Amino acid sequence: MSLFADAFAWLLDPANWEGPGGIGVLLLQHLLITFGAVAIACGIGIPLGMLVGHTGRGREVAVALSGGLRALPSLGVLTLVALWVGIGVAGPAVALIVLAVPSVLAGTYSAIESVDRRTVDAARGMGMTERQIILGVETPIGLPTLIGGVRSAVLQVVATATLAAYVGAGGLGGILFLGLKTGDYTLMLAASILVIALALVLDGAFALLQRIVVPAGVRATRSGTLRDRTTRRSASMGQPAIEGNN
Amino acid sequence: MTWIVDNLDLIGELALVHLRLAVPPIVLAFVLSVPIGWFAWRYAWSRGVLLSVIGLIYAIPSLPLFVALPAILGTSRRSELNVIVALALYGIALMVRSAADGFGGVDRDVRQAATGVGFSGWRRFWQVDLPLAGPVLLAGLRVVAVSSVSLVTVGAVIGVQSLGSLFTDGFQRGIQAEIWAGLIATMLLAFAIDGLLVVAGRLVMPWTRASARDSGGRRAGRAREREAAAV
Repeated sequence: MSLFADAFAWLLDPANWEGPGGIGVLLLQHLLITFGAVAIACGIGIPLGMLVGHTGRGREVAVALSGGLRALPSLGVLTLVALWVGIGVAGPAVALIVLAVPSVLAGTYSAIESVDRRTVDAARGMGMTERQIILGVETPIGLPTLIGGVRSAVLQVVATATLAAYVGAGGLGGILFLGLKTGDYTLMLAASILVIALALVLDGAFALLQRIVVPAGVRATRSGTLRDRTTRRSASMGQPAIEGNN
Repeated sequence: MTWIVDNLDLIGELALVHLRLAVPPIVLAFVLSVPIGWFAWRYAWSRGVLLSVIGLIYAIPSLPLFVALPAILGTSRRSELNVIVALALYGIALMVRSAADGFGGVDRDVRQAATGVGFSGWRRFWQVDLPLAGPVLLAGLRVVAVSSVSLVTVGAVIGVQSLGSLFTDGFQRGIQAEIWAGLIATMLLAFAIDGLLVVAGRLVMPWTRASARDSGGRRAGRAREREAAAV
């Protein structure tokens, strides 16, 4: 366990946190790359997912896309795009966005789709426009699932951003690869601990967010104060509800 | 694309190594997750804790886990064991939930009927609970298989050979075709194993095919398959 002691000692040394190549800057870089890529992926995936979930059109494509992603090795995408675009941040950024879009898309369409159709019909009956239904009814009710999609995108990107250092994108992976090149296991382990901690913190934050955003009305239904429950199983991330493909 | 044709031997060789790394964790994850999932379902108090703690493993990025495992296991840094253990952990993280959901989805009346006709708990597990949870278990296993095959490639970064070596080598030498070869071979391998699992599932669970024949069942069956593909 002295390996861990060494790694933690390195992490706790303030000298390693300062300066342009220090942990502080790299951590910030890592977060910037992650949230930048996820933000762009959300800009693409959320509107598309809303459209797919609301109309049911293009559902097969969206499902195939989000399912096929699991077979796609991120290291391969990363190196391929890096060779195309050249070393720097642009290549990895493109790769990270490509890897994040399917998660966001899957989370959004299953969120919209999992909303009880009777609720949607009621909203339509009250004279809401389709746009109002999507933004005012389906999105708030499906928000926890939608955020679940963003959550898995963030996790995938934060992990792949570590790999992105392999093609020269900076971030915490830089420390890991420096250790790898120089055979310094303390560096590798310290960087790994940092990335793992970062991923767990982000995952926890999103888990909390998913709990907070449940609309009051939906929460009321869950605790049983209202009689009717939704007939559909609430879909977990990227997992469309089984029943009722109407 | 001449690179691919010239190096088919290398690709085939790496594909075999890749399989050697990917298959044990898939089997391990399945064998270990079924009892854990059953436990989480059977003892409701453990469900929340087990599922969230085990699910947390999946949040750990793969490369850092590959690097950290030698320090925990005492293995050598380039040992294939690191990759196998890490992938088994990810597999369990994905599979336990499927197992718990699968057992939870078994009709209570059916279970009670089995008890009523005199099945012991052990026999009921093998002849009622497990077969009825089968389709959900299969869906989970397919996800585990595909993501394991894909994750093996990351091992190439720490020097564990696999189809992922085509990425690192291709990147360092600037050969795009080599990276393409790795991408395509990895995905083909993933889909091949996925297909084998589907076929195996039909052989082991012939009733899922029978119920798919009537029109209502067919829709449900397709939805189930789609669900498996989407998770």
